[in-house]
Amino acid sequence: MRILAIVKRIITEMFRDKRTLALMFLAPLLILSLMYFLFNSNSTTNATLGVSNVDSSLVKAVDNKHIKIHHYGKNINAKHVIRRDNIAGVIKQSGNKLTITYQNSEPSKSTIIKQSLQQGTIKLKFAALKAATTKQAAALKQQQAILQKLVKASPQLASQMPTSKSKTSQQAPKNYTTSSHYLYGTSKSNFFIQFLPILLGFFVFLFVFLISGISLLHERTTGTLSRLLATPIRRSEIIIGYLTGYGIFAVLQTLLLVWFAFNVFQVKIVGNFWLLVLINLCLALVALSMGIFISTFANSEFQMIQFIPIVIIPQILFSGLVPLSGMATWLQWLAHIFPLYYGATSLTNVATKGADLASITPNLLILIAFIIGFTILNIVGMKRYRRV
Amino acid sequence: MDTVIHATNIKKIYSNKTVLNGVSLDLIPGEIVGLIGPSGAGKTTLVKIIMGMESTNEGEVAVLGTKMPNRAVMTKIGYMAQSDALYDNLSGKENLKFFGQLMGVTGSKLDKAIAHAADVVNLTDDLGKRINNYSGGMKRRLSLAIAMIQDPDVLILDEPTVGIDPELRQQIWAELYSLKEQGKSVLITTHVMDEAERCDRLALIREGITLAAGSPKALKQEYQVNTVEDVFLKAGRLQDENSSNR
Ligand SMILES: Nc1ncnc2c1ncn2[C@@H]1O[C@H](COP(=O)(O)OP(=O)(O)O)[C@@H](O)[C@H]1O
Ligand SMILES: [Mg+2]
Repeated sequence: MRILAIVKRIITEMFRDKRTLALMFLAPLLILSLMYFLFNSNSTTNATLGVSNVDSSLVKAVDNKHIKIHHYGKNINAKHVIRRDNIAGVIKQSGNKLTITYQNSEPSKSTIIKQSLQQGTIKLKFAALKAATTKQAAALKQQQAILQKLVKASPQLASQMPTSKSKTSQQAPKNYTTSSHYLYGTSKSNFFIQFLPILLGFFVFLFVFLISGISLLHERTTGTLSRLLATPIRRSEIIIGYLTGYGIFAVLQTLLLVWFAFNVFQVKIVGNFWLLVLINLCLALVALSMGIFISTFANSEFQMIQFIPIVIIPQILFSGLVPLSGMATWLQWLAHIFPLYYGATSLTNVATKGADLASITPNLLILIAFIIGFTILNIVGMKRYRRV
Repeated sequence: MDTVIHATNIKKIYSNKTVLNGVSLDLIPGEIVGLIGPSGAGKTTLVKIIMGMESTNEGEVAVLGTKMPNRAVMTKIGYMAQSDALYDNLSGKENLKFFGQLMGVTGSKLDKAIAHAADVVNLTDDLGKRINNYSGGMKRRLSLAIAMIQDPDVLILDEPTVGIDPELRQQIWAELYSLKEQGKSVLITTHVMDEAERCDRLALIREGITLAAGSPKALKQEYQVNTVEDVFLKAGRLQDENSSNR
């Protein structure tokens, strides 16, 4: 009952505070849209491609107006060459095997090379197919002529037929096999979809952290918090009321963002939509309890903002935007103290690999442990205002 | 259960500064007790200690026979803090409703309580307005209305009439007297000496101790002066002389 009163109050206050509403619901959409256009724009139109020992027919096929070809000798070190000449990628050939190394510091350039190579090989196959059909047509004509002759003249000439057949089969297109390497990042580092789940988690985390923290801070500085504690309300009821009230807004925010990503950006996720919502709810509750906890160390809204570089920025760094696998071991371990790491990892796994509830449960449990831990700290911390 | 508030030998030290040094206070049903003293004397601190919102270094407080701090007893105490603690984005009515619900008042009872409390402080016509459109005096009145919302047995009011015009102050005192008639108790801190005159009993707190206590009449006799204000001044002077003699 008293929890309900708190929840109702939070909702009413929130709807009256248009600026905060906008911060929570419009700001993430704006940033998401910006990111979308940033990652998906093909503003980079040219990429320099190094070739080493590649069939000239293939090189010719791959070449188009977006590609600048650099020819290298046979025995080069691809990574070395890429670094030295700052080119977007190198293709090396041995036999039918193509080894492509991408610099990948600008993923859109990697995309250009990938597309050109794909188009090139297809072009080659078509050309080969066309050549084969033309040859076959010619051969057919020849055979017809021979057949006609055969009918007229002596039967010994018929032995010529198989020879012309074997000639056409020699022109079959080469079937290239390819393998790719990346100097920076991975093959997946280039897509908006890869960032989207992380961004989802991050937005919910940041905004809920700020809004709940500032709102409790406001209660503290205006004296309403100690006024609240002059009523028979339990300290836990205040905290749970806060978690519920702002939790509702966090879920709404997640739903809006995911809906937006699906319908406006046409992003396809592999996993279950509701799992994303569940993970985000857990993340939001961590952010809430953390925000409330941190707010006890701030005496003004500005001081709350000052915590962002300490509390929020490191979490972004370890949320998966920067691939963890490339980090030093101790940094990888450090990631494990940040809640956003668990949330973002789970979100990514669900959205891009279709992870199910069972496989993200360990991460969810860790998030729940964070929630419980901070909530207890908060409830105990309120003893400063009333000792029971 | 004879005493409504029973505070004994309260000692409070804030980082080396002794604010209260052995203050005792009793309040019986149907009594209005005024807490007076210079600014910074520790009136608010004492009130908070009685509410159980502040710890003590020594001494104990019992309210309605229950040792404080105690959560359940809070329902029976109507508290008005020295600074208004209201939700700016909510209307007067929503504030009243919220605190009423926290106090466990619900349904039609709550509606009646809101109407009555608003009437006492003359806010009935302004209940729909948001607090950020309220004047200082209106906020004070709303805080008082909130303190009365659950019809408590004890009212603890910390400077309730600051910024309230004389006419309305009369009305509020009329309400306090009517509560007193119903056997309820009021502890009030004040700076206004004509309000002090209206209390049944006064406690003058100065430099950490209860310098003088008794009914306004008895105090005036004791110090051989005509007003409570003079009691206040004379008692203070005597205390200063005493401490400088030592
Ligand atoms: N939280 C606190 N920390 C440190 N000192 C305090 C605190 N609250 C009050 N004080 C000090 O205690 C003294 C009494 O304050 P207060 O009870 O508000 O006085 P009054 O209400 O009589 O004006 C003042 O000197 C004040 O500075
Ligand atoms: Mg005071």
